[in-house]
Amino acid sequence: MADLAGDTDNLLRFRDDEVHDEPAMTLDSFVADPGNASAVRLEAGDDARALLPFIDRLMLVEVSFPSFRDGRGYSSARILREAGYTGELRAAGDVLVDQVSPMRRCGFDSFAPEQPIDQSVLRRSLDRYDDVYQKAADGRVPVWQRRHG
Amino acid sequence: MYKYDEYDQSIVDARVEEFRDQVQRRLAGQLTEDQFKPLRLMNGLYLQLHAYMLRVAVPYGTLNGRQMRLLAHIARTYDRGYGHFTTRQNIQYNWIKLADAPDILAELAKAEMHAIQTSGNCIRNISSDQFAGAAADEVTDPRPWAELLRQWSTFHPEFTYLPRKFKIAVIAADEDRAAMRLHDIGLQITRRDGILGARVFVGGGMGRTPMIAPEIRDFVPADQLLSYLEAALRVYNRYGRRDNIYKARIKILVHEIGADRYRDEVELEFAQVLTLGIDPPAAELARISAMFAPPAFDAVPSVPHELAAHDPDFAIWRTQNVSAHKQPGYAIVTVSLKPIGGIPGDASADQINVMADLAERYSHDELRVTHAQNIVLPHVREADLYAVWQALADAGLAEANLDLISDIIACPGLDYCSLANARSIPLAQKIATRFAPRQQDLGELKLKISGCINACGHHHAGHIGILGVDRKGTENYQLLLGGSGAEDVSLGKITGPGFDEDGIVDAIERVADRYVAERSEGERFLDTYRRIGMQPFKEAIYG
Repeated sequence: MADLAGDTDNLLRFRDDEVHDEPAMTLDSFVADPGNASAVRLEAGDDARALLPFIDRLMLVEVSFPSFRDGRGYSSARILREAGYTGELRAAGDVLVDQVSPMRRCGFDSFAPEQPIDQSVLRRSLDRYDDVYQKAADGRVPVWQRRHG
Repeated sequence: MYKYDEYDQSIVDARVEEFRDQVQRRLAGQLTEDQFKPLRLMNGLYLQLHAYMLRVAVPYGTLNGRQMRLLAHIARTYDRGYGHFTTRQNIQYNWIKLADAPDILAELAKAEMHAIQTSGNCIRNISSDQFAGAAADEVTDPRPWAELLRQWSTFHPEFTYLPRKFKIAVIAADEDRAAMRLHDIGLQITRRDGILGARVFVGGGMGRTPMIAPEIRDFVPADQLLSYLEAALRVYNRYGRRDNIYKARIKILVHEIGADRYRDEVELEFAQVLTLGIDPPAAELARISAMFAPPAFDAVPSVPHELAAHDPDFAIWRTQNVSAHKQPGYAIVTVSLKPIGGIPGDASADQINVMADLAERYSHDELRVTHAQNIVLPHVREADLYAVWQALADAGLAEANLDLISDIIACPGLDYCSLANARSIPLAQKIATRFAPRQQDLGELKLKISGCINACGHHHAGHIGILGVDRKGTENYQLLLGGSGAEDVSLGKITGPGFDEDGIVDAIERVADRYVAERSEGERFLDTYRRIGMQPFKEAIYG
């Protein structure tokens, strides 16, 4: 089980609702006995699709980034959002400031980085691009749609 | 050619500022080198043996005179007066200062250029057929498709931290001039029932474990292509190996789980992605295609080849370096960057400017970089060929050796690269010098040299390939025969024990002699090898 108290020291949220403080279960223990649990932690190699039968009741999915180079969690986030998950989607672990922007695009709306993130650098980074080329999970209008209405 | 609109420009401009910010944070010590590395790599900045190397993207190898001139300006202002054209149709500079990199990117952005994703574990520059738009055998011009992919892959949020780098090639002809099936994904644009779409090959590549990409789908219609690629990449991002950098390319995944299972996984994902509407409307491909409309060719008569005979040197070059154009009266010129004894792919600022001038004056302001590290002037009137040749000759650019043994692909090797085990450039120089006198007689013979097992010099795909290895602290070269990166794609096989630098040149000579003795009329080296096999060459080499 993750030590959530420690992880959330640097918590950054892009949601207005209350922080869901239920401790996150591992995917294995959740799938074995979901009970009433509504918070799950996915390791980088876990199959996010295993959560799809439960997305309506889940309120927090935490996706682990053991190294900033490990990009599997980006796909986990896309899969959950594309299936209609609307709860909190948290990127936890080795999350660097320059990664918050693409992670936001993949559907993450909360961040528990191991190292604190410089707020001014983050603000500049998030405001940097007025335009994006792809339709992703964040609802931003891609350039091709601006071009063709 | 593609022309940026306000959106393209704003994205590239924002990237310059983002990178400037990242460099400042690095110089101020706010980023460790470990944290900075993936950021700079995603902008083509490598730390090499002696300095930073900056790789500038030339999307699908196409550029205009103004852009070419800018490349010369960068070479002169920020480097040592030359640049190196690469096997991914890009250009790289080997002597860049980190503090200058943001200014260089700012200059590039003004000419609609960038260094985005020219390295890093992301989707790299999309490569294509250097004869696109000029070749008679193409179904359509593949470059609008490549531009569509460039935009889709630029800062793709999900595929920026892939297990390993990812290379895509797009062609639209049966003749493969882009080594399409040696890419992570190779696309061949075809027409089926009147609809354009792509044949999709996945899992090719060179490196330590060379693989020819199997066909994963025989047809994806144009309006679903990005959805299909998104699915193909997602399966790789999720399941590609991350435990071992040498097994992290998609070819290993496809090989380990098998093409059938990979295909099934992609189909499952594709069905899901198709519901998301991520493909742009047909109007977007049409918008891009309009910018690649053929230039306004003049109705000019074809100039008979015999007219070349008045100048024998021109006649040889005309035969060797000029290819047929789809428009009567026009020709495709390949400018060799392989002078005998020179550094393959290098060009000085002056030479780059000469090529820019010639493009503007004689080639509808267009140039191409080829994966074989040459430059193409795609649309030259046959009547202008002599003038073009004279200008090239004055600039030391008229080597008549396209696809001959001295038209060598070579990686930078131990002279520049921190990964290399052996030097590539001096060996290329020796081979070119030794064989130049008889290269016309040897005919088409593609020789490729890599200074280490990572195969940047494409040795697996050489009719003759050379791999530099480290043997007990000394440079040693293995010889391979029978590879091809073309439509008759194949991987070369090692002849046997390796050689030292002089020994490998002698071994190639014995191979060449045996070929001449064995060939039948009109047979290329590769054809003879395929007909008679390795054994006669082994006997010739090892006695």
